[in-house]
Amino acid sequence: MILTKIFKNTLLVLTACLVLTACATKKEVAIEKIQGQMQGDVYTGTDTVEYLADGVPDRVFFATNESILTTASRETLRAQAAWLRKNSNINVVLEGHADERGTREYNLALGERRANAAKDYLMTYGISSDRISVLSYGKERPVDSGSNPLAWSKNRRSVTVKAN
Amino acid sequence: MLKKIYLLIIVLILPTKVSALIEVDITRGNLNPLPLAVSPLSIDDKSKKSFEKILNKENIGSEISIIVENNLRISGLFNPLSKDAFLQAPDIANLKPRFEDWNLIKAQALITGKVSYYDGKLRVEFRLWDVLAAKEMMALAFTTVPSNWRRVGHIISDKVYERLTGEKGYFDTRIIYVSEEGPKTQRIKKLAIMDQDGFNNKFLTLGNELVLTPRFNPTSQMVTYLSYFKNLPRVYLLDIETGTQEVVGDFPGMTFAPRFSPDGKKIIMSFANDGKSDIYTMDLENRIVERITNHPSIDTSPSYSPDGKYIAFNSDRSGYQQIYVMKSNGRNVKRISFGNGLYGTPVWSPRGDLIAFTKLHKGKFYIGVMRTDGSGERLLTENYYQEAPSWSPNGRVLIFYRETKTNAKGEGFSAKLWSIDLTGYNERLVETPTDASDPSWSSLLSN
Repeated sequence: MILTKIFKNTLLVLTACLVLTACATKKEVAIEKIQGQMQGDVYTGTDTVEYLADGVPDRVFFATNESILTTASRETLRAQAAWLRKNSNINVVLEGHADERGTREYNLALGERRANAAKDYLMTYGISSDRISVLSYGKERPVDSGSNPLAWSKNRRSVTVKAN
Repeated sequence: MLKKIYLLIIVLILPTKVSALIEVDITRGNLNPLPLAVSPLSIDDKSKKSFEKILNKENIGSEISIIVENNLRISGLFNPLSKDAFLQAPDIANLKPRFEDWNLIKAQALITGKVSYYDGKLRVEFRLWDVLAAKEMMALAFTTVPSNWRRVGHIISDKVYERLTGEKGYFDTRIIYVSEEGPKTQRIKKLAIMDQDGFNNKFLTLGNELVLTPRFNPTSQMVTYLSYFKNLPRVYLLDIETGTQEVVGDFPGMTFAPRFSPDGKKIIMSFANDGKSDIYTMDLENRIVERITNHPSIDTSPSYSPDGKYIAFNSDRSGYQQIYVMKSNGRNVKRISFGNGLYGTPVWSPRGDLIAFTKLHKGKFYIGVMRTDGSGERLLTENYYQEAPSWSPNGRVLIFYRETKTNAKGEGFSAKLWSIDLTGYNERLVETPTDASDPSWSSLLSN
């Protein structure tokens, strides 16, 4: 009885291992292609990113239909806030964007909401709202013209642009 | 900018009120369009020469009949027969058709007419005949400036449509839209306007700034749209006759998604501020701005009911984009879309009974209609991407835009206008000189 149970469990574990290995090998192939590019559907790559200064990326990315800042986005914005504190003469425009898979008018509002999420975060790190303006382009100015999830993830963004 | 268009109906011979023998049912998809013959409008030699000189058209009579023929064919309700089969000469047919001849080629209705040059003007008379009953159904004459010749063709089409279907036509109308050119990442967009059949296309802006979502005033030649002039996205008002334009209201941020009220006296739009978008109206006479919604969500794409008492709009207050209806003062907000997926761009039908919308479900986009309480949802067309339906003034046809996918190389993108009947039949590409999006259908220009 007990032996059979042990045997069964071992079998289960074995099968599980087999399945896992199978998965792992399969995944490895896929990971190579998209590694470092997306987490969930948020873009985490650097292809399109420009820099306001050394170590200060200019943009943050969002999940579909979302305007929540990811951990990585918050880190980027803290770097931007630090840079803005050091360069108190510089004002910025936060340009909010959406991907092409949404109606035009809703996307204009969504772009505005995304840029404002970034603005609010910069403000909590001591940047005065006087120095930040917000501009939404909705889906009008994609950086990647592709019609695929990776391209869309690059386009769901808020970009901090020097205004002066 | 546009010449004042005038048009006189000088002869109006109303048919004696008998129940029409020919009837076209437009409430269902019409799989058997009514066969009819559009005889070229006859023209005398002297008039022909005059118009040749003024309009540079060899035979204005046949040109006008071609407009009528195309309109009726594109409506999907009529099947204009080939002129090769016509046995009777245009001038004689207009006096008294030999109904046996037209019956022989299976025409159930016949349109004949006559064009003449008279005192510097274009005079067109036309007659609609019931071939089976062998009698005249309608006879009208129009006089106008020669340059209005295409409009005469459209008005004849509207009269025929109305007489045979019992509902107003939609041919003497125009479409305002956004013309698109250039790569997807740097699209150049201009306001453009054209006749409903694609002729007389004109650009209204130069493309120096991004422009979006133009909409006609239902009662005048005014247009409201979104422009990124000086990188400040704001709602503008444009008079297409004079070319003058102005910003609507004085908002400290982006205003967008404008539309006129049915009486043309107000603009309703969204104002985005602090990540929230709310709906506002501005009275065009006294410039008073009124806030209609006040909610932390996105409220946009407002559209009035034709009686002005209600507003349909798009909101994500439930967490995702859905369609809501409220009283025009902002009270009694009710969600009406409950199907699977996301819903956007509600547009109230001019007939008042339906709301057209865009729906996104499982990666596909649909244009559909539902009753104003959200019941009876009907999807008319499915595609990779399409949105922004606009109603024909008689509420029978929707025009919208459709985009294609780009391939791996980033090629193959296009944006085009399409139309479809409320029945879900008769889907058609609307030809434009450039790529096109955001169409808005005008009211009937005449009658």
